[in-house]
Amino acid sequence: MIFDTPAGTNPTDRMKVLGKPLDRYEGHLKTTGTATYAYEWQDVAPGFAYGYILGAAIARGRITSIDTRDAERAPGVIGVVTYLNAGKPGVGKFYVQKMLAAPEVDHYHQPVAVVVAETFEQARAAAGLVRVDYQRTAGRFDLAAQNGSAPVPPEGEFGGPNEKRVGDFARAFAAAPVKVDETYTVPDQAHAMMEPHASIAKWDGDRVTCWTSIQQMNWGTRDLGLILGIPKQNVHLISPYIGGGFGGKGTVQIDLALAAIAARVVKRPVKIALQRPIMFNTTIHRPKTIQRVQLGAGRDGRLTAIGHDSLSGNLVGGRTEPTVTSTRTLYAGANRLTRMRLATLDLAEGNAMRAPGEAPGLMALEIAMDELAEKLKMDPIELRVVNDTQVDPENPDKPFSTRAFVRCLREGAQRFHWDKRRSTPSAVREGQWLIGMGMAGAIRGGKIAKAGARARLDRTGVVTIETDMTDIGTGSYTVVQQTAAEMMGVAPDRIVVKLGDSTFPETPGSGGQQGAPSVTAGVYAACTKLRETVAQRLGFNTADVDFADGHVHSGNRSVKLADAAKDGDIVVEDLMEFAKLADQFQQQTFGAHFAEVAVDAYTGEVRVRRMLAVCAAGRILNAKTARSQVIGGMVMGVGAALMEDMAIDKRFGFFVNHDLAGYEVPVHADIPHLDAFFIDEVDPTISPVKAKGVGELGLTGVAPAIANAIYNATGVRVREYPITLEKHLDRLPALA
Amino acid sequence: MKSFTYERATTPADAAGIVASNPGARFLGGGTNLLDLMKLEIETPTHLVDVQDLKLDRIEPTEAGGLRIGAFVTNTALASDERVRRDYGVLSRAIVAGASGQLRNKATTAGNLLQRTRCPYFYDTNQPCNKRKPGSGCAAIGGYSRQLAVIGSSDACIATYPGDMAVAMRVLDATVETVRADGKTRSIPIGSFHTLPGDTPERDNALDHGELITAVTLPRPVGGTHVYRKVRDRASYAFALVSVAAIVQRDGSGRAAFGGVAHRPWRVEAAEAAMPRGAVEMSNAVFADARPTDDNAFKIPLATRTLAAVLAEVKP
Repeated sequence: MIFDTPAGTNPTDRMKVLGKPLDRYEGHLKTTGTATYAYEWQDVAPGFAYGYILGAAIARGRITSIDTRDAERAPGVIGVVTYLNAGKPGVGKFYVQKMLAAPEVDHYHQPVAVVVAETFEQARAAAGLVRVDYQRTAGRFDLAAQNGSAPVPPEGEFGGPNEKRVGDFARAFAAAPVKVDETYTVPDQAHAMMEPHASIAKWDGDRVTCWTSIQQMNWGTRDLGLILGIPKQNVHLISPYIGGGFGGKGTVQIDLALAAIAARVVKRPVKIALQRPIMFNTTIHRPKTIQRVQLGAGRDGRLTAIGHDSLSGNLVGGRTEPTVTSTRTLYAGANRLTRMRLATLDLAEGNAMRAPGEAPGLMALEIAMDELAEKLKMDPIELRVVNDTQVDPENPDKPFSTRAFVRCLREGAQRFHWDKRRSTPSAVREGQWLIGMGMAGAIRGGKIAKAGARARLDRTGVVTIETDMTDIGTGSYTVVQQTAAEMMGVAPDRIVVKLGDSTFPETPGSGGQQGAPSVTAGVYAACTKLRETVAQRLGFNTADVDFADGHVHSGNRSVKLADAAKDGDIVVEDLMEFAKLADQFQQQTFGAHFAEVAVDAYTGEVRVRRMLAVCAAGRILNAKTARSQVIGGMVMGVGAALMEDMAIDKRFGFFVNHDLAGYEVPVHADIPHLDAFFIDEVDPTISPVKAKGVGELGLTGVAPAIANAIYNATGVRVREYPITLEKHLDRLPALA
Repeated sequence: MKSFTYERATTPADAAGIVASNPGARFLGGGTNLLDLMKLEIETPTHLVDVQDLKLDRIEPTEAGGLRIGAFVTNTALASDERVRRDYGVLSRAIVAGASGQLRNKATTAGNLLQRTRCPYFYDTNQPCNKRKPGSGCAAIGGYSRQLAVIGSSDACIATYPGDMAVAMRVLDATVETVRADGKTRSIPIGSFHTLPGDTPERDNALDHGELITAVTLPRPVGGTHVYRKVRDRASYAFALVSVAAIVQRDGSGRAAFGGVAHRPWRVEAAEAAMPRGAVEMSNAVFADARPTDDNAFKIPLATRTLAAVLAEVKP
């Protein structure tokens, strides 16, 4: 099925099942501990052995010798895999990191060996017996040191051009009567998901089957094939449950690559889970950015000049962090200059983390807007309203498909009681607490990509949907179930959903908040085909049948859906493909985030008191799982605002706080009352289901809303995330 | 983790004897710190002597009118004891400010005193660390030192003692009771229990190898208002950037010890006379010899301001 014109009325508009706050399809498995996560499969690969990864002790240089003899003689050890016997692993298409130091070491903790043993404890103990000598070379670890010299790289596959100009930014900025010109930094951040990366790999001839934890099956088979030097058709990935990913499990990481490589070397199935302390320096992370934002406005608040220059760093061949993405689309303004520069760093690879680009980009832009509002003596919401646009500001011929940004702002202002905010900073005090309110706008691409699904109707009337979509804790199972139930006119309990198997029809998986819209469109296509087949089997004229209440109705005739399969299951498969509506319409999701904070006037500690998100993302497929996505994003935004920071040792070149004691994320006590509200809208240009994703929208804009609230509380502007207490302590009220 | 052997001791002297005779042996209490360190091969004992059967798990009154806390009273039991909550509130508050409910259920009084530093370089066995590997150097000096010591440190080590409970015990003038292999006991004032790193940062405390903590005694209650104020980057389940354990009397006199600033709970008795004159004057005296790093210099004004918050809180 090809989607090439905006959707008209179709069965998903009935909203009998879609949109409802249905409980998670697989929720009972997770709450009872019976959902099988990657590391927990017991009987799929008899005779499996355990692999343990030894990470490099230096950041840059080369291995001069590896002595594995003691490790090989240790109890239970089956083999030790190093670059000397691993073959020559390839590199996938999305990540540039090399899976083994061979013998060059590109970054700290890069794997130098995998010790394979009968038990986990034996493998871990033997890893301590591998002796590696290194020759260190100087590395580049300090992003700021390259701020003057880092070039604008050629355009890559994602993120658009690295430099774009509209109008004459320099002249307009120089002429603007009111200006902001400030630099903001967002540190390296870790995904820090609950479930560590884990995989089991089992070979059968030249084919490999892997039980793993990976968000995108199609990228996973492609990349593992490239790494192993086998056709992707020979790779089978199984990943039905994922304990959090946030982009950190987009495609093949070292657990999967090295489990497969080690299994090939030792000729046994091998299971590897990454130990937490090496995850921070080996897997991908959100790279640090240094962002200069220049805003010029007239006295009426209208932006005349928008400049955003962003520096990030990466391994050689790595991509830029696309922080200026949202600056290109969020506000009107005739003169614009956005630019991304890229330094070379010898740290672990920077790559996708939830809302790559938009999340860190808005952390800068939306503080700058707050600063501009203050200079203009305008309410920050009004400043955003006057700069609203219904067309792509870089491309005025391209309207937004839907843009309820102003409604989000207005609705949020009312619900949050924004009118109680004092515009003068540091004006509200309750005992030792300085109280402030802040807000920020949010925008995140409403992407969609081709997705397939298979639908099977059996004689009991059960419809089984199979796709290679994954559920990373988001609700994919449930929205697939709801879409199929709505399309087929059956109760949700008549739907069986099977996800996370690369042999199922292809989807883009979980990433870029395109999973839910894409897979539900694929399910729409497959169910449309199933409806046609059913109608034909039952002898209906396919044009005017209605699927409802487990029956197929037309005119006076009504037949049980199950009857269509009484002579055998009906199995259909289809793929939803998208023509170029995305070229005609700027498809985005919007939001407004609000926060109230209390800052301890003595210690500078920040406590978030309440938060609200108002989001517009097309049709909301499930009110409960969508809300959970958004409030989960808000929690992550609290982390970004207040504590998350991968601290770099610039001498030795590594992230020092490489465990969950050192890299702090919010705990329950940090999270106050959270509200999420969705604007009622549909986007007929996106797909027949008219839904866009919300998973990343919930994060974008949260941290700057908190930062702006802190400023409103204290009168101290901090432009360096996270806003830990020492960054404003010396400017808080003096002790009496 | 290295392979090790394991046994359960039957008496305190027996336990002390086994460990004293084996340089590779260590006592095992709740295991909340030691087992993690063993998995990372930061600690590599060859033999563990489990002391959980020793029945040192009671809280009893002393003849002096104080309390004797058995070494293996859990943190949860100690913090929730009615006498502790009534007469030694700072101790109860300090304990519940630390770790999580699950950890406090398992952690013991003696083990809490012995928990090792959380310096990130101590935790990374690729890095030089004089505490983990004497003579290898200190990667923390000149490195990422935001959490580390601002006072009492040496050129060999800038680690901090990470706990909360001992900071309260320091302000309560607790005494650590021990037994050695020969059955001899000794009483170590809490102020000299934790050592400064000096040239021997591998030592955390005054215990000899094989010397077993049997109890912590608290002197008779001193009254006053008890406060434990812990400042950290998140609201719970994090080590202190700075903490203050304080007992303040109605007349404004009192005592205060600081956590998160040194290799041991930091208390300067001579500075306490300044408490009635306010936090700034007292803190200036407490931290007169501070030698912070660029990363952690903020801890000194933070300690002053936290003390000020405490004094404001208790003001009648």
